[in-house]
Amino acid sequence: MDFQVVVLAGGNSKNLTPLVSKELPKPLLPVANCPVLNYVLHQLEQSNLKDLIVVVEGEDAALLVGAWISGTFIDRLHVEIAAVPEDIGTAGALRAISHHLTAKDILVVSGDLVSDVPPGALAATHRRHDAAVTTMLCSIPVSGPLESGSSGGKDKAKKLGRYNIIGLDPSKQFLLHIATGAEIEKDARISKRILHAVGQMEMRSDLMDAHMYAFKRSVLQEVLDVKDTFQSLKEDVLPYLVRSQLKSEALLNRTPQGEENSNEKVSSQNNQAFISRILANASTPSFHGIYSENPDGSSSTRKTHKCCVYIASSSSYCVRLNSIQAFMDINRDVTGDADHLLSPNNIIGPSPKLGTKTTVGPNCRLGEGSEMGDKCQVKRSIIGRHCRIGSHVKVVNSVVMNHVTIGDGCIIQGSVICSNVQLQERVELKDCQVGAGFVVTAGSEYKAESLAKKEK
Amino acid sequence: MDARRMSRAVPRVRQVGFFTPNTPVQQPRPQSAAPSSESPPLSDSPASNSLSPVMIPPPRHLSDNLGGRTAAVPVPGRENSGELPTVGSYNPSESVLWLDSPPRSRIGDEELSEGAESSLGWYRRSSSAKFASSLPSGGFNLSTVKHPESVAAVEAKNPLPGKSEAQKEQASSSKPLKAKTTKAERRALQESQRAAKAASKAEANKSGTAGGAPSSKPMKQPPLKKDGPPVASSIAASERIGVDRSVEKERKKDLPPPRKQFDDESRGGRAKRRSVLNQPEARNRVELFRHLPPHKNGTQLPYLQSKFFELHEKHPAVYKVGLQYLAGDLSGGNARCIAMLQAFQEAIRDYSTPPEKTLTRDLTSKIGGFVSFLIECRPLSMSMGNAIRFLKSRIARLPLTLSESEAKTTLCSDIDRFINEKIVLADKVILRHAAAKIRDGDVLLTYGSSCVVEMILLYAHELGKQFRVVVVDSHPMLEGQKLLRRLVVKGLSCIYTQLNAISYVMHEVTRVFLGASSIFSNGTVYSMVGTASVAMVAHAFRVPVLVCCEAYKFHERVQLDSICFNELGDPDAISKVPGRVDVNFLDNLTDKQKENLELLNLKYDATPSDYISVIVTDYGMIPPTSVPVIVREYRKEYLLI
Repeated sequence: MDFQVVVLAGGNSKNLTPLVSKELPKPLLPVANCPVLNYVLHQLEQSNLKDLIVVVEGEDAALLVGAWISGTFIDRLHVEIAAVPEDIGTAGALRAISHHLTAKDILVVSGDLVSDVPPGALAATHRRHDAAVTTMLCSIPVSGPLESGSSGGKDKAKKLGRYNIIGLDPSKQFLLHIATGAEIEKDARISKRILHAVGQMEMRSDLMDAHMYAFKRSVLQEVLDVKDTFQSLKEDVLPYLVRSQLKSEALLNRTPQGEENSNEKVSSQNNQAFISRILANASTPSFHGIYSENPDGSSSTRKTHKCCVYIASSSSYCVRLNSIQAFMDINRDVTGDADHLLSPNNIIGPSPKLGTKTTVGPNCRLGEGSEMGDKCQVKRSIIGRHCRIGSHVKVVNSVVMNHVTIGDGCIIQGSVICSNVQLQERVELKDCQVGAGFVVTAGSEYKAESLAKKEK
Repeated sequence: MDARRMSRAVPRVRQVGFFTPNTPVQQPRPQSAAPSSESPPLSDSPASNSLSPVMIPPPRHLSDNLGGRTAAVPVPGRENSGELPTVGSYNPSESVLWLDSPPRSRIGDEELSEGAESSLGWYRRSSSAKFASSLPSGGFNLSTVKHPESVAAVEAKNPLPGKSEAQKEQASSSKPLKAKTTKAERRALQESQRAAKAASKAEANKSGTAGGAPSSKPMKQPPLKKDGPPVASSIAASERIGVDRSVEKERKKDLPPPRKQFDDESRGGRAKRRSVLNQPEARNRVELFRHLPPHKNGTQLPYLQSKFFELHEKHPAVYKVGLQYLAGDLSGGNARCIAMLQAFQEAIRDYSTPPEKTLTRDLTSKIGGFVSFLIECRPLSMSMGNAIRFLKSRIARLPLTLSESEAKTTLCSDIDRFINEKIVLADKVILRHAAAKIRDGDVLLTYGSSCVVEMILLYAHELGKQFRVVVVDSHPMLEGQKLLRRLVVKGLSCIYTQLNAISYVMHEVTRVFLGASSIFSNGTVYSMVGTASVAMVAHAFRVPVLVCCEAYKFHERVQLDSICFNELGDPDAISKVPGRVDVNFLDNLTDKQKENLELLNLKYDATPSDYISVIVTDYGMIPPTSVPVIVREYRKEYLLI
């Protein structure tokens, strides 16, 4: 289909600080015992997209991710791993691999997207409108507060709600305005020209940018080349394209027509014009077409490009793992409502050993080789591989990664416990994040804290 | 080879009126007489019998076509089964095959009718094999359609005796893996599936997603059925009655006029399983037009979009055009045709012959695949059918000595030439002819938005003629407004009115210019719905009606009405008035009330030649009676250009 797929897997994310580390870059962060990158790759694989470029920040992370991918998708996907320096942003990452891009259109997917929206839908919309950029919008996830109810969760949800303001045209096909978090505090600046051309704009704040884009390659490369200060796709490139859609500089619209015309005879040029006029008259004009029309009706020199949106239906699941709250939400949803997202290789291995009178509630995942002592309770939680859990342990709404040792009588609520953590006896954790390799001493109690080993 | 032998047998056999069931001797021949068989149980048993000698397991979706056809045109002595339909089957709206016709069979037909047999051995083979295998079931199906209530009898009867067991064994011995089901069982299965489908709309969606692997469904379910077909069917029946009585009613009413487009529901079911798109359940469609394919409205779009990367055998350009058809972004005969041809051109450029295949054959089947995909998105227009026929004949006539790249450039330039000569140049000629008919002071009336008429008006305006234009328009497309905008922008003075006011504006009109989607041999103009009324009113007012139409849109078919072949638009489009919240009276009807409502949104109508004064075409201005001459004299030439 002449699409190239770039997965921006990221590297170490500051938002997820205690969870990710050098040994465990963000793409490999397990969600329901399965690296988060797996969800994206699986989704792409299902859409029959087998040639991918995965961009990872940092050499070490790239090695780890590469090893994992080659182990998991060995003969199913053809993946190129590209390592880019850290902190150059998404646009920078694309700029770095720009010379690899050859196809007509580029599909850029964030590696932390957990979604069941078929990428094909986005691509098809993009093609149908012959757009310069198409972005996927999805409704903002209801980050339902956990039952152990941290008020912090609610605040975050509220913040998220104001994160994006998006302007759409009445047919909900074109993107007219997009403003992200920081800009919203100021007044929103809306292009008069666009507003005049469209006539009506619908402002939405209940949609968020899912960070899945389809770009026309020529446009993307031009923008990246010319605007070399652009750091982020979402905050720089996309708003720029949206802003300039009716006054796009000639560079954006160096369309194939121009090239063709230059080396063809006059007569056939006339015919071409004739044909394109027939086609143009037949198709329903978008506001771009009407705008670019001169008052006298002849098609003019005003260059436009289209910025389209694909709005995922509200029933589909689409969340980005970009905060700890999101991490908890996704873990909960993937085991609960959206369990169809679990790829087949995620099925629980041989059942873990359970002690007597130990209960495991619904919506739980237990990794293989984990052992649990007597009279444990596990509810709405995920427990990784090879964990050893003592007796009388209560785990609720939590994520426990691999190789964790939990002593007797621990109570864990709403917490994330990374790999190789050791919890000694009678530890009580509530809404905590425990970094990898940390040792929690016996009898300690923590509430809403982030515990991590000090960097040596 | 076996298959080929069968194909010979088929047409000869079709004339035979009777057959005896169950004797293996009479396998190929008498079965094909099955269409005429009266009793379902009988026709059933030979069906299953006959399956065994045929090597190819019968593709179920095909089987009915032939039955339908043979029943409809029981012309003896025809040599080619492919010729049975009156005209080449490239045209969807006339072809009995429509969706369920896979590219191959339509190709086969077409080739046959063109008489280019020598180079087409393998198409013939494939299609003939299908014919052979499909005949008996066709007969069966026909009979069931005739006696819908007898289906139950078949179902009840079949599983009982050892006969069916024997059949099963027989079938399994020849084809150990597949096709263990008898006809009746499959029938029963189909019944229940249909009932299930009617039962829940959600189910319909699901089947759509399963549509990706259409063949698996029929294969999977038979064992289930085998255990107790009567029970299952009774369940199905009760379900049907319980949940959706209207379906039952509909089916009873729907006794078959055999040669309508898509009147056979089971065929529709098969098409459903085959097609890329899942088709909307046809609800609330007007009785008379129920044979037409339901409109695939916007709900299909997301589905097709989500399949974007999965249908990788479709070329992106073709895919894009298909999407645009489906979404309604692109309409108008010329534009659709050009877009399609350009997409094919791109596909041909990117094409490379797979190993061990020849370009001519593989490319033809590829194009066939594209075409059937486009048909699923929206039925083709006649003009597109002609263009496809042209392209295929060009492919078939490629000299074998050409290298692949040469062949591809030849084809691309052929397509270019077709566009240039048949559309662009033709339009320019038409402009001259028609502009000569415009005099100063004229009041010209046009209906809808025809690109040729628009060009004529603009051209005449450029020539400095003084005239006024009346643009008549109609819901729900309101295409006239687009035209109006472009005319007004160019400085023409226009009057805009709706179709229902036509008799008032007709007084002052001196000429009527109309566009056409196609013109048939008997001079009937097939055009956007409403054209006929305009022409009739003009006729009544003695205003000359000029129909402007490129000759590549002419068609050799004869059509008297616009019922048999037509296209249905989105029914919602007429029940809702965009932007007028205050007139949407149909919005909050309950489901029960909606059952009493049938919506009809036809796209085309046929204008009898009596109402047409002259047809302006690229061969000059001709009376409608001369259309067959053009078709006859120039058809050959244009296939050969």
